[in-house]
Amino acid sequence: MLDVKAGDEASFELLLQRYRTPLVNFLHRMVRDAALAEDLAQEVFLRVYCARRRYEPGAKFTTWLFRIATNLALNAIRDGRHRKAELSLDEPAEDSERALELPDGHPTAEQQLLEQHRQAVIRRAIFRLPEKQRAAVLLHKYQEMDYDQIAKILGCSESALKSLLFRAYEALRVELAPLVGLAAEAEQGRAPAAAGEGRKA
Amino acid sequence: MMGCKYTADSILAYLDGRASAAERRELEAHLHHCADCRARVEEFRRLWSVLDELPAIEPSPAFDARLRERIAAAPQPSPWSWLAPAPRVLAAFAAMLLVAVWLSWQSPAPAPETRSLEPGRSELEFTMIRDLQVLEDYDVLANFEALEALPVATEPDERRM
Repeated sequence: MLDVKAGDEASFELLLQRYRTPLVNFLHRMVRDAALAEDLAQEVFLRVYCARRRYEPGAKFTTWLFRIATNLALNAIRDGRHRKAELSLDEPAEDSERALELPDGHPTAEQQLLEQHRQAVIRRAIFRLPEKQRAAVLLHKYQEMDYDQIAKILGCSESALKSLLFRAYEALRVELAPLVGLAAEAEQGRAPAAAGEGRKA
Repeated sequence: MMGCKYTADSILAYLDGRASAAERRELEAHLHHCADCRARVEEFRRLWSVLDELPAIEPSPAFDARLRERIAAAPQPSPWSWLAPAPRVLAAFAAMLLVAVWLSWQSPAPAPETRSLEPGRSELEFTMIRDLQVLEDYDVLANFEALEALPVATEPDERRM
């Protein structure tokens, strides 16, 4: 980021390549609208670019980046820009969740449909979390951020964040009980995996 | 889990690999004999495994081009913008100004007479002021002519003699 501040365009390109996909995914899961997520991610990069000369290397760059992203997402949610997705909560909200029109009886298509249904259920469960809990889970589970980073992004203490995360995971556990139960059945007979492998980028 | 000293924090830190080796060993030992905590840890681990099923999406191919357009359309900073102080410098200046104002309010007003007095002398002056009435009476009595006509008081022993 310091190179970008010095006016190095190539470094901005590197930042873009590195953080484009994580940002779009974070925002997509926050607002549940692919087009809006891209729009917001571009807004984040635009703000970073415009503010590059004022950047001071205090906090980690990712903390700064995701703080901008979180604030933009929360503002978009409060402005109702995600209303279309929210109103159609019980329906697939976007192309990736739509049932594929594949020939009947095709085993791969059936499996694919089942998988897509599970993904839609998970996405919906995350979206049903209160905004701050949702952001906390997304930053913790999918961005693998440290507690102190997430706490700075959300503007709360670490202990408050841990409590927030636990409540969010409890809510998800209840919401996704059928899938969690299926996972338990699938795991029966398998040796328990080592702890500490639960998070994914 | 109820009544256990192991809280949500410990279980989360254990599951996401942030617990120290000692904390992990301690919680694992606890899990051997606490069915509630064991069940909670297993449920959370399965939940996280379910959450892993959510696939990542890729930004659209037009993402970068659109961003470049937006950057090009964004208002360029003024050539004089470098003169604008950085936020931290501005904040430091404001803080210094506030401290200066506060200090000027806190400092005592200068005394009308700047001459300093030693503690002993000020005590003497206080005594003089306190006894001022007595001194005034003494002056009146010492210079009061009418009193000179009065007989001079004699000592009782002299009268007896």
